Amino acid sequence: MGHKTIIEDDIDILVVGAGLGGTGAAFEARYWGQDKKIVIAEKANIDRSGAVAQGLYAINCYMGTRFGENNPEDHVRYARMDLMGMVREDLLFDMARHVDSAVHQFEEWGLPLMKDPKKGTYMREGRWQIMIHGESYKPIVAEAAKKSADKVFNRICVTHLLMDDDKANRVAGAVGFNVRTGNYHVFKSKTVICGAGGASNIFKPRSVGEGAGRVWYAPWSSGSAYGLMIEAGAKMTQMENRIVLARFKDGYGPVGAYFLHLKTYTQNGLGEEYESKWFPALTEMVGKEYLDTEGQHLSHKPIPTCLRNHAFISEVNAGRGPIHMVTMEAFQDPHLEEIGWHNFLGMTVGQAVLWAATDVDPKYENPELTTSEPYVMGSHATGCGAWCSGPEDVSPPEYYWGYNRMTTVEGLFGAGDAVGGTPHAFSSGSFTEGRLAAKAACQYINDGKAAGIRVSDEQISRLKEKIFKPLETYRVYSNEVVAGSVNPNFINPRQGLDRLQKLMDEYCGGFGVNYMTNEKLLNIGLRKLKTLEEDMESIAASDIHELLRAWELHHRIRTSESVFQHTLFRKETRWPGYYYRGDAMKLDDTNWHVLTVSHRDRKTGEYTMEKAPLYHLVGDEQGE
Amino acid sequence: MHIDKTYRRAYNIEPSMCWECYSCVKACPHHAIDVRGYADFAPLGHSVRVHRDEEKGTIAWRIKFRNGKKDMELLAPITTKPWGTCIPKLAEVAAPSKDMRDSQLLFNEPRYIRLDDGGLHTLKSNGLKFKAGVYY
Ligand SMILES: Cc1cc2nc3c(=O)[nH]c(=O)nc-3n(C[C@H](O)[C@H](O)[C@H](O)COP(=O)(O)OP(=O)(O)OC[C@H]3O[C@@H](n4cnc5c(N)ncnc54)[C@H](O)[C@@H]3O)c2cc1C
Ligand code: SF4
Ligand code: SF4
Repeated sequence: MGHKTIIEDDIDILVVGAGLGGTGAAFEARYWGQDKKIVIAEKANIDRSGAVAQGLYAINCYMGTRFGENNPEDHVRYARMDLMGMVREDLLFDMARHVDSAVHQFEEWGLPLMKDPKKGTYMREGRWQIMIHGESYKPIVAEAAKKSADKVFNRICVTHLLMDDDKANRVAGAVGFNVRTGNYHVFKSKTVICGAGGASNIFKPRSVGEGAGRVWYAPWSSGSAYGLMIEAGAKMTQMENRIVLARFKDGYGPVGAYFLHLKTYTQNGLGEEYESKWFPALTEMVGKEYLDTEGQHLSHKPIPTCLRNHAFISEVNAGRGPIHMVTMEAFQDPHLEEIGWHNFLGMTVGQAVLWAATDVDPKYENPELTTSEPYVMGSHATGCGAWCSGPEDVSPPEYYWGYNRMTTVEGLFGAGDAVGGTPHAFSSGSFTEGRLAAKAACQYINDGKAAGIRVSDEQISRLKEKIFKPLETYRVYSNEVVAGSVNPNFINPRQGLDRLQKLMDEYCGGFGVNYMTNEKLLNIGLRKLKTLEEDMESIAASDIHELLRAWELHHRIRTSESVFQHTLFRKETRWPGYYYRGDAMKLDDTNWHVLTVSHRDRKTGEYTMEKAPLYHLVGDEQGE
Repeated sequence: MHIDKTYRRAYNIEPSMCWECYSCVKACPHHAIDVRGYADFAPLGHSVRVHRDEEKGTIAWRIKFRNGKKDMELLAPITTKPWGTCIPKLAEVAAPSKDMRDSQLLFNEPRYIRLDDGGLHTLKSNGLKFKAGVYY
C-alpha cells in the first residue's frame, strides 16, 4: 500500500481532538510545560472544528462570582437537580470554581461578551448563561491553542490510542491517518488528552435523505472520544444517560435564549399550557424529591430538563401536538426579534435557512418544536464519558487516583464530552476541563510517571494494516459486481451507519419507539450489534473519505455498545423524557442512587459493570 | 468540501453529512459557495448569505424569505480586538513557581477568577463537605 508512514516522536502532551476541551488543554499545557513538546492531532481544521464550528450565542456556564452572582456549589446543586441526582459533584465543583477565569480571558482575547448597561455585569440569558456575539468563538480559542502548541496536525482522524508495550494500562500516544493524503500518522507521546467530542448520529435521526446532516450535535461528533478511550481499556460512567433535546423542528435551533431571554413559552396544538398537567403522574414515577408538583415553584428549583421532555412527549402522544413556541408576543418588540434571529445565525444557521425557506416568520406565526433523537455526550445537559480522577483537595477517595481528569488508563486524560459525570460544563466548562487536564498531565510527566514507555514496531505496523484494510477490501471485491453499492462481500460505511442507527432506534430507545426500551429489547439489540461488528471486518472504503467514515462508524459502534451495556445495567427509569425502561418505569433510589461504571476488557471485549457510590456536596455546619 | 480536479472548483461531496454550518461559505473569499436548504424540508426560493470580515471584526447576514415578504440584513461583531493580537504566548510568560505548581491554581489565577485578590474556592472556604448516600 502506498501510504507513507509519518512518525512524530518524543511528544510530551498529545491533544487528540481540538474542540473546546482540546484547545483549552493545548493552551494551558504550555504554561506548566514551557519546555515540553505539545502536539495537536485534529480531524478537521482547528479554526472551525467541533461542536462550536458555527459559533455560539451564549456561554452557558459562567458563575459570576466576581459580581456576587453564584458560588460554585450553587452550580453543583443545579446540575445535580437537573440530572436527577447523578453527577460527579467533585468534578463539577472543580470546574465551576475555575470556569470564570477562562471566560474573563476570552473577553481579553477579543470575544465580544454582552454587558448589562444597568448593572455593569455581563448580560445574563439565565442564571448560568451569559450572552455573547460568538460567531468567532472557535477561531479565537483556536488561536490560543496554536500559540501554545509546537505543531498542529489538521485533518488527522485518530483511530486508536497507542499503548505501552511494557506496562499494561499505560497510554503511549495515538495513530491515525490524514483524511486528504491518506498518510499514516504515528504520534508517540508520554500523555494523551482526549478531547475528541461526543456522539451524534448513533440513533436514527429524524432528518432524512439529503438533509440527514441536520442533526442537533454536529454530524462530525463521531463518538471518537468514547471509542478511543473504551478500546484503550478506560472505565466509563453514565453512558446510559443519553440526551434528548426539545428544539425547533427540522432546524434544531436553540431554545435557551428564547425561553430565558425572550420570554417565549410553549403550548400545545390547542393553544393550551400542557406541562403542569403531566406533573402529578410524573411525581408518582420519580418521587417528590425530584418533582414537587405543588412546591416546585416555591422552592425555585428548576424542573429537570428530562421531565419537561416527558411532558412534551406525553402531550404529543395524547394527540394534542404539535407543541408550539409562542414567539408572536415577544417578537413584536423589534429588538427582541433581532436577538431571536442573531441567536440562530450565531450557532445554528440552518434554522434561519429553514424559516426563510418555509416562510415561517416568528413574528406572525408560532414555530413548531420537536424532541430530537438521542445523543451521547457529556458536556450539555447530560454526563456520559470516562470515569476520571478528581482534584486532590476536593475528591473523596473513590473519586481520586492522583491526577485531575486522568482516566483509569495511566497517562490518558479527558476534557469536555470525554469526561463522565460532568454535565452543564458546556463550552466554557469544557475549555476549563482541558486546562485542568493539561496541568495534571504536566505534573504526571514531572513526577516521572511516563518514564520508559516503549512502543514496538509491531504495534505500529499491526495498526497500520488494520486502519487501511477497508481500502484493500474494496480493491479486492469491488469488481465482483457490475456496478452500484450492493456487494455480497462487503458493506460500505453508509450502509453500516444506517444499520447502527436503525438498531439503536428500535432497541435502545430512539424517537421511533418513543424512547422506550426494556431488558429483552436491549439484549436483542446487543446481539444485532455484535453481528454488525462482525461485518465491520468486511467494511469497504472506495477512497480516503470513505475510510474516514468507516473509522467514525467504528467509534460510533463502540460508543453504542457501551450505551447498551449501561442501559441494561441500570434497572430503573432515572430520566423519563430521555429514555424509559418499560420493565422498570419508576425511579428507584433504594437500589440505583449510584453512578454506573463499566470496563471493557481489551483482549476479550467482555464488559464488567459496577455501581460507584454517589457523593453529594452538603453544608459543613448543618452536617445534613 | 472538496475540489473537483477537472473543473478546479469546490463542491459538497456528501450533503447528507453536512451540518449547514456555513464554515465553508464564510471561509471563501470569493463568495463562491451558495447554499439552499435541504430538499427534504426546505422548499426552493429562499436565501441566506453571509460576509465575514476579520479586519473589520464583523459578520453581515442577509436573509430572504421564499415569499419575498421578508428581506433582513443583520450585522454582528465577531471580535473586539485586532485579530489574534491579544492572546498571550505562554512560552514567553514567567514560569510558574513551585508553590503555584503545588496548588490547584491555573494560569492567571487566582487573579482572573474574580478580578480581585480573592483566592480559589475550596470546600473549606465555602463550608462544604462530601457525603455518600442519598441527598437531594
Ligand atoms: C447546536 C449547539 C448549541 C450549543 N450551544 C451552546 C451554548 O450556547 N453555550 C455553550 O456554552 N455551549 C453550547 N454548546 C455546547 C458546546 O458546544 C460543547 O459543550 C463543547 O463544544 C464540548 O467541547 P468538546 O471539546 O468536548 O467537543 P468539541 O468542541 O465538539 O470538540 C471535539 C473535537 O474533536 C475532534 N475529533 C473528533 N473525532 C476525532 C478523531 N477521531 N480524531 C481527531 N479529532 C477528532 C473534532 O473535530 C473536534 O474538533 C452547544 C452545542 C451545540 C451542538
Ligand atoms: S456548511 Fe459546514 S458541514 Fe456543510 S460543507 Fe460547508 S463546512 Fe462542511
Ligand atoms: S475558497 Fe472559495 S473560491 Fe476558493 S476553492 Fe473554495 S469555494 Fe472555490
